[in-house]
Amino acid sequence: MIKIVKRDQPSRAIFFFTPVLAIFLTLVAGGLIFYILGFKPFEALKFFFIVPVADMYGLSELLLKATPLCLIAIGLSFCFKSNNWNIGAEGQLTFGAIVSGGVALLFYEQERFFILPIVILAGAIGGMIYASIPAILKTYFNTNEILVSLMLVYVSKLILDYLVVGPWSNPEGFNFPETRQFSDSARLPLLFEGLRIHAGIFLALAAVVISWFVFYKTYLGFQMKVSGFSLKTAKYAGYKGKKMIILVFLISGACAGLAGVGEITGPIGQLHREVSPDYGFTAIIVAFLGRLHPVGIIFASLVVAITYLGAETAQIFMQIPKYTGQVFQGMILFFLLASDYLLFFKFKLIGSKK
Amino acid sequence: MHKFLIRSFVSSLVLLFTLTVAAVAKDVKAAFVYIGPTGDHGWTYQHDVGRKAVEAAGFKTTYVEGVPESADAERVLRQLANSGHDIIFTTSFGYMNPTNKVAKEFPNVKFEHATGYKREHPNVATYAARFYEGRTILGTIAGTMTKSNVIGYVASFPIPEVIRGINSFTLAAQKVNPNIKTKIVWAFTWYDPGKEAEAAKALIDQGADVIAQHTDSTAIVQMAEKAGVYAFGQASDMDKFAPKAVLTSVENNWGPYYVDRVKAVANGTWNQKDTWHGIGDGMVVISGLDSQMPSDLQAKVKKLQADLASGKVHSFTGPIYDQKGNLMVAEGKTADDGMLAGMMTYVKGVEGDIPK
Repeated sequence: MIKIVKRDQPSRAIFFFTPVLAIFLTLVAGGLIFYILGFKPFEALKFFFIVPVADMYGLSELLLKATPLCLIAIGLSFCFKSNNWNIGAEGQLTFGAIVSGGVALLFYEQERFFILPIVILAGAIGGMIYASIPAILKTYFNTNEILVSLMLVYVSKLILDYLVVGPWSNPEGFNFPETRQFSDSARLPLLFEGLRIHAGIFLALAAVVISWFVFYKTYLGFQMKVSGFSLKTAKYAGYKGKKMIILVFLISGACAGLAGVGEITGPIGQLHREVSPDYGFTAIIVAFLGRLHPVGIIFASLVVAITYLGAETAQIFMQIPKYTGQVFQGMILFFLLASDYLLFFKFKLIGSKK
Repeated sequence: MHKFLIRSFVSSLVLLFTLTVAAVAKDVKAAFVYIGPTGDHGWTYQHDVGRKAVEAAGFKTTYVEGVPESADAERVLRQLANSGHDIIFTTSFGYMNPTNKVAKEFPNVKFEHATGYKREHPNVATYAARFYEGRTILGTIAGTMTKSNVIGYVASFPIPEVIRGINSFTLAAQKVNPNIKTKIVWAFTWYDPGKEAEAAKALIDQGADVIAQHTDSTAIVQMAEKAGVYAFGQASDMDKFAPKAVLTSVENNWGPYYVDRVKAVANGTWNQKDTWHGIGDGMVVISGLDSQMPSDLQAKVKKLQADLASGKVHSFTGPIYDQKGNLMVAEGKTADDGMLAGMMTYVKGVEGDIPK
């Protein structure tokens, strides 16, 4: 007979094993869905997960897609670790893109070495300003940061809409909703000729290293961890909770803002209405799939990035609807949450008693 | 006898040639990039109907739906160009820069961009439809059918394409009913059923009893059906979504153009150009007219349709005045394509200002 027993302590091995299990279950369920839809499951999975990254170009595209996801998820892990539920990274990304795009447009047709650093800095500051709104409202007015940060996403998109339709629209662009193209000095340099992967990846890698250091080697990291486990304990220990809330939101906003900078000064090169295909929301899946661990987040961002590329390839070569990519993302999260059950409970084999 | 032999020889040569061309034609592969899902019953749906026409003509096609206008568009385009497609149709304005960028890298692949204006490389063509001709028909119907003399118009973005539609619609309505006013609500979206329905409701609350739309969902005609006012279908025949409200629809008919261009690639006659086709070329199609319209109006509409097709009537025939009363087009003149392409002022009779 099998009995379900509560664990005394969440298992650490299981903690890092369940994301792998979730991905495996997603592949099985995905294959099953393909089979039901009438596609050859193994061929479909090959086009989904192997063909898109089979060459240098594909790998570059994978890293290009994973960079903003990783960057935002690292930022979010600061918030999530310390019990702050920032759901508005998409808004912070958008606002960061607006501020840095505005600066880039100020330097239209100018080529100076200092333009790019200012543009990058502006994006980070933009993201921080936007993230500070839910943080300040939470600390001083006890508002719910989930609602505030989420609603601000829509506000940021409306601001962007207004700017690209109105005052910032390209004067030679027949009033279409887009700005002028940024000058080359405001663009992140490409790493390889002919590939789209750009210097923004170094921002993501730096964020990974810094976050690892902060999480595991600093007093702040320890405080975040304690607050994450129990806010009361943190208070009892005398941690300055308000300061920390604002700090983690600022870090998170800066990361999201930088992700926005990476998109507009990297592959896009201008501001228009669709700067991000909801990276800020997808990064929430990435953060949890990566277990809020910097290295885990690297792998998670690659896994989620490939679901985007795979969906395109599968539609081009096998006419599988592209929206299955979103189904895969949903399944990963679903299986991860479901298998978290194993964290707290275990199955125990008991001999039958007479 | 001699003649017969020569004739049969020539005809068999012709036959052989046709067969060879047909065989070559089968090898051309066309790809389509869509902004939305193929089931949106609007913009993307109609492009996909066009794609199916290309399939029916014997060519292989591929499509990718729901491609955002973000950095992803470029990757999809490059992958299509890289995987043996000879001609790629990019069917949303936001693909303009990626289309030109990828076209530069693949000079042997033809690119066709809908609704854009950039043709930076010899392998990029652009195409659009003269939807404003359809709106002349809608304006005529709206001006005749309205009782409140207030006509609502849900607009998407303040770009020349949309302004031109509003103007063409208003001018036609004024011609049959000088007392009408066109009220505009800007939805700032091409496809958002919630926002569109809200915009329609706002217009109905302001007394509009005919609603026109320049957004793509069926939400507006459904809202009109509920409120008991008239409306017009956009992009596809939307009659089945609101049988009482929809008087007619302006359909986007891309099929003939797509087949034409893919065949041109097959024959080696493809060339760069900017195509702007209307009712005459069959790119803009008026659906069946609703029986609620009086028969003399139906006859008038049929005639107007024929005259627009033949070029006897132009949607923008002077005298046309702007809102301030300045002359835009003199009496007896018609607006040229340059003026139409950059049209950014309302004509007299439209209420409100263009958002800046």
